[in-house]
Amino acid sequence: MYSNSMTSDIAEQLPKGLQAPMHKAQDATKNGATAALQRRSFLKVATASGFALGAFPLLAQAQTAAPATASAAAASSLKPTQQPSAFVRIDPDGTVTVTINRLDFGQGVQTGLPMILAEELDADWRLVKSQHGNADPAYVDPAFGMHLTGGSGSIKNSYTQYRELGARTRAMLVSAAAAQWGVDAGSLRTRQGVVIGPGGKRLGYGELAEAAMKLPVPETVTLKDPKQFRIIGKPTGRLDARAKSSGGQNYGIDVRLPGMLTAVVAHPPVFAGKVKSLDDAAARAIPGVKAVLRVPLDRGGEGVAVVADGYWAAKQGRDALKVDWDTSGVEKVDSAQQLVSYRALAQKTGALKYNADVSKLAAAPKKISAEFVFPYLAHAPMEPLNCTVQLSGQGADARAELWLGTQMPGLDTLAASKVLGVAPQNVKMNVQMAGGGFGRRAIASSDYVVEACNVAKAARAAGLMAAVRTLWSREDDIRGGYYRPMHLHRAEIGFDAQGDILAWDHVIVGQSIVGGTPFEGFMVKDGVDTTMVEGMKEPYDIPMRLSVHHPKLNVPVLWWRSVGSTHTAYVMETLIDEIARSTGQDPVAYRLKQFGSKHPRHTAALQLAVNKSGYGKRTLAPGRAWGVAVHESFNTVIAYVVEASVKDNTPVLHGITAGVHCNLAINPTSIEAQIQGAALMGLSMCLPGAAITLKDGVVEQSNFGDFPVPRITDMPAVAVFIVPSADAPTGLGEPGLPPLAPAFANAVARLTGKTPRALPFKLA
Amino acid sequence: MPTLNINGKDIPVHADESTPILWALRDTLGMTGTKFGCGAALCGACTVHLNGAAIRSCVTPISAAMGQKITTIEAVAADRVGKAVQEAWVKHDVAQCGYCQSGQVMSATALLKAKAKPTNADIDTAMAGNICRCGTYVRIRAAIKDAALALA
Repeated sequence: MYSNSMTSDIAEQLPKGLQAPMHKAQDATKNGATAALQRRSFLKVATASGFALGAFPLLAQAQTAAPATASAAAASSLKPTQQPSAFVRIDPDGTVTVTINRLDFGQGVQTGLPMILAEELDADWRLVKSQHGNADPAYVDPAFGMHLTGGSGSIKNSYTQYRELGARTRAMLVSAAAAQWGVDAGSLRTRQGVVIGPGGKRLGYGELAEAAMKLPVPETVTLKDPKQFRIIGKPTGRLDARAKSSGGQNYGIDVRLPGMLTAVVAHPPVFAGKVKSLDDAAARAIPGVKAVLRVPLDRGGEGVAVVADGYWAAKQGRDALKVDWDTSGVEKVDSAQQLVSYRALAQKTGALKYNADVSKLAAAPKKISAEFVFPYLAHAPMEPLNCTVQLSGQGADARAELWLGTQMPGLDTLAASKVLGVAPQNVKMNVQMAGGGFGRRAIASSDYVVEACNVAKAARAAGLMAAVRTLWSREDDIRGGYYRPMHLHRAEIGFDAQGDILAWDHVIVGQSIVGGTPFEGFMVKDGVDTTMVEGMKEPYDIPMRLSVHHPKLNVPVLWWRSVGSTHTAYVMETLIDEIARSTGQDPVAYRLKQFGSKHPRHTAALQLAVNKSGYGKRTLAPGRAWGVAVHESFNTVIAYVVEASVKDNTPVLHGITAGVHCNLAINPTSIEAQIQGAALMGLSMCLPGAAITLKDGVVEQSNFGDFPVPRITDMPAVAVFIVPSADAPTGLGEPGLPPLAPAFANAVARLTGKTPRALPFKLA
Repeated sequence: MPTLNINGKDIPVHADESTPILWALRDTLGMTGTKFGCGAALCGACTVHLNGAAIRSCVTPISAAMGQKITTIEAVAADRVGKAVQEAWVKHDVAQCGYCQSGQVMSATALLKAKAKPTNADIDTAMAGNICRCGTYVRIRAAIKDAALALA
């Protein structure tokens, strides 16, 4: 997922290097893709409902086909992201299908975005459905100007967009009813999918859609007062809840095409290794195996793809390969040595993020000197990475169609175009529901997409014309790189007996996530990768010197749910707690004092969690202790008050009370789910074995046996409380993660007298 | 050609007897409701029932199921307990990404078939083999309790 930093560095700050390819792709696809959008929508209407008329997609077609009409002129100043035709379809039976401009991989925007649109549309929620968009220009994030699901930005950046889309659609339906009845549109009102006229006359949206589509799209619309909301804010079940409870939901891995083949790729044991020699006789002898192909891989590496009529044959084929790998020219990282070199680097001041005067450190009455270590972490989404590619045509008519779960279909389109030699407008992306992602599907190198394209290209060259699904095994996923980077923090803090911080000297060592990617230009500032330092210092008013080192290593790294805050929140919130406890102050009172009047959302979230948990009032069972942490990420503030114990030298988390400040709550049911899930992913960082390590360049873990993730037996009780607010909503996909581990650690510190300073927890 | 009894029907399967049931279902028969997660019986995404008991289809070969009854997520609602579990899953809005939920529903159904009134410990024990990376465990527990009540 994207960093906190990115959410404040919006469209105009996109680097030239990123803008150029994005705009080029958009220009190249503008006419073709818009026409394609209309064609597809038209077909969908014709085939799905049996009616070729009476649906909004025709609106866009009518407008662009007859540019001299008034409606075309009226719509021309609206961007594709503002056109109802790209987002709303109303069938004659009144069914409203809302297209979402993001990937849903569990976070709930599949339901949240339609709720926002349906609110202003005054739709009948029981008739609302949802579908994924694709790489058409209409579906870019309106703030970033690129196709992006990340930075917990779906609701935040599309709140106004989807409200306006709903309001525009509603206005057109009302105008159509006014024309039909010969009355003034201002005299009409709407309610649950119906326009109501004089004398209680009623026309359903489904009956009006055909006439409404011929009307101009209003440029300006009046939005509701939040007090009038009847869908937004109401606890609402997911639109896909039934499909996902009955095996009926399809994901990228479930795509089935005629004659489709499956490829499993043997990756080199060390990143960027190559094939020295290959004996594929045994693999080719396995029934079902169609081809064994050497393919270029990410980072200049090379692999061997076994293409077969199904996964099992392909996997057996891969297991039967005898590959001699050439890893001579590539760095072989060793985690133990890496720690030693990081520790040495941390002794020196690096590229500066903050440069406060820390001269008071030496004479400070109280000091903390601390080192923290965080390992590499794999995302391990439940649906293994996959991408299906169908190639057709030749030369200038070459076409590619892809099916995949991706957070960045626009960048993936460009990557596929480049690898396949197919013009971007001839690459069709079918964005599929994804079985988790946590950042792994937002990848600037498009590694698994490029790999699938290279496999499809090689298969076609070998005479295989069918679509090829490249599917990773779980071992490929755990060993495949793009981890949350390993980090080492060193902090030297001086404070007085009252807990007033006099100086804080801090160094962080870790690989840059955005270095070498198109995001580097605006997300690395003065040598500091902003994704690594987000979450440091704020909201505390601290005289801090903060510098970083970004060593380059042969281990691919990536954002992992909540990005920099996965480690900065832990460091900040355990140290703040330690300062409070070591000066005899209550950690809650100490934090509230620090927040003062400058951080009312932090204060509100913490007080809510404290009040609801009974912190300081309720007597805990013997052997248990409270732990507290508060952290803002992606503009949302989460406070956790937890209850923990230590049994047989193992910390146990019993209960979590969450105070959430995300401004306006769109769907409380979804917010609760995101907090429950993100808290557990935060807990995942603490549990024994939660680390990816390397020896001689080879990743030592391979599956859920040696890279354990939390199970139901690890799940504590979670109570979620939301601070009431009518301000424009902020994100929820990631912010629930960062404060969990430090809250747990602070409880452990109260019980043992010692804060764990490495994750996962290892008590001596 | 081996024949499997799947959801009450005898179905010939064009696959070698050593093929795991998961891949016979998904790739040979096109029944994609059962999911691939780890290939090593570590995550439970591939859970189906063999004679009513939960098994991991990713490590169970076709040969081990011949002459026995396989039930998959596609048919579990035909069973009273399976139906109650699915309804509870919807009511509690359990799913997030939903990828593991076929396996979760199958494990929960097997639990309630074996034990109508499971304790909290029973639930955790029975469901410990099913990973949900989204972290829906709180709602899974609540949904199982609710389904047990509905069936009582």
